[in-house]
Amino acid sequence: MKTIWTITKRELWAYFTSPVAYVFIVIFLLLAAAFTLLVSGFFERGVADLIPFFFWHPWLYLFLVPAVGMRLWAEELRLGTIELLLTMPVTPWQAILGKFLASWMFLCIALALTFPLVITVAYLGHPDFGRIACGYIGSFLLAGAFLSIASLTSALTRNQVVAFILAVVISLLLILCGWRPITDPLSAWAPAWLVDAVTSVGVMTHFDSIQRGVVDSRDLLFFISVILFSLFTTSVILRAHRT
Amino acid sequence: MINVEKLTKSFGPKLAVDHITFTVAKGEVLGFLGPNGAGKSTSMRMITGYLPPSEGTVTIGGFDISENPLEAKRRIGYLPENAPIYSDMSVAGFLSFCAEMRGLYRAAKAEAIERVVEMCFLNRVMQQSVDTLSKGFRHRTCLAQALIHDPEVLILDEPTDGLDPNQKHEVRSLLRRLGTDKAIIFSTHILEEVEAACTRALIIDQGAIVAIGTPQELKARSPSAGNIVVTVNGAEKQSLVSQLESLATVSQCEFLSAGDNRVTLRLTPKGQILPELVALAGRSSWKVENIQIDEGRLDDVFRAITLPDTKTAA
Repeated sequence: MKTIWTITKRELWAYFTSPVAYVFIVIFLLLAAAFTLLVSGFFERGVADLIPFFFWHPWLYLFLVPAVGMRLWAEELRLGTIELLLTMPVTPWQAILGKFLASWMFLCIALALTFPLVITVAYLGHPDFGRIACGYIGSFLLAGAFLSIASLTSALTRNQVVAFILAVVISLLLILCGWRPITDPLSAWAPAWLVDAVTSVGVMTHFDSIQRGVVDSRDLLFFISVILFSLFTTSVILRAHRT
Repeated sequence: MINVEKLTKSFGPKLAVDHITFTVAKGEVLGFLGPNGAGKSTSMRMITGYLPPSEGTVTIGGFDISENPLEAKRRIGYLPENAPIYSDMSVAGFLSFCAEMRGLYRAAKAEAIERVVEMCFLNRVMQQSVDTLSKGFRHRTCLAQALIHDPEVLILDEPTDGLDPNQKHEVRSLLRRLGTDKAIIFSTHILEEVEAACTRALIIDQGAIVAIGTPQELKARSPSAGNIVVTVNGAEKQSLVSQLESLATVSQCEFLSAGDNRVTLRLTPKGQILPELVALAGRSSWKVENIQIDEGRLDDVFRAITLPDTKTAA
């Protein structure tokens, strides 16, 4: 446990010692605010909630989360420090988890910095705080799912750009699987079981369901399964590098 | 302390390390020699538990590296090839991270860092970013990392690579000092290093051990080992050569140089040559000014053992 925390601390420290972290946070906050306020017409709607804010998160995360996660293993492979790390008394699983948690915490910090929006809606009206909390939980889980995918693609290559692109593509597939404009035409001709199968692996189905204000155990299970599966695959890939 | 048995690694059809077996006891410094691509780094990676072996076992202090990796790894300090290091940290931050990974916290950590900083002369660069370090300092920072938990076993892959002569000397004397109570394996291309720091040396070629022994034993395998170079004052060259060649223990007498009334010859012996030589000198009018016994040269041995194979491979 202490070993995991040591790795997490180092990784988190690595984010904040480079300017990239601050640039990332600023871009995330600017984009989130711009989409919410300008594109979705936050004020014109005249409703005190954060639906237009969370609506954009999957699309923001699609590009920003792979940018955070791409260096996780690609950098270790490039510098050769993976040899240093894995010859210390640490299991590969501890290393994978420690690194993953660090970037998840980093995203969590970025997400937490959107708090002025919560204050804004609280000032303007009487929002449903339970629903806002659910929104944040869903957003946090979605970020974790995309991040675990970025961890997986990052373990595949020492090239961060390749890791980034692969992570974006896989994440996009997961979004499209449950996205209304894709699934609606599909349901017009495909049998119901196929539509169900496709939508249930899509992140949007589960993300939307949490956004509605209920953290269902099925949705929770979905996100945790994606994370565990991706991290497990990361460990398989890392082992394959060494044989 | 280190027990390597029939260690083998194959990458696809290519056999990188071929059934190597050796042990290193506490107080021993084993030099790992071999041409590039001979399997040195691969062997070290298997010994430290980074690469899983295809066959064979490694035990460190009684713990099998495959079956009980954490216990085995706790006992090892490892300097990988090219001294990889997290470039986004300061030296102090990096050492603090490594200490915590080794289970050292607070006072124990501070003490360990202080010890290795002094050992590796890192005082001046503690707050500097690893990115901006010179190669020598980078190397020593990575070496400090390997020493931070005062391990019983040290595995160093080319610890003096890229260092200047003074730094090389420092690292060698450090190895000798540490070697008294640890088991050390280090690889190198520099043969004089083996003589300076090793108690034993091992030559590996194309994945297999081709020679193992003390540096003296290895040197004795050199074709020139045991030859005697003698400088004589006041003798005429031709008569001296014929006198020496008539000795029963001299198999060959080779003229090297002459001048200033001195003659220098190389004698290839076939037995104890010195008593006869001394007796002959006593009977003669000439004086022996200098006698050198050739101990053999490690690089001759190295070339003799590894060159034919690399030729066929190329």
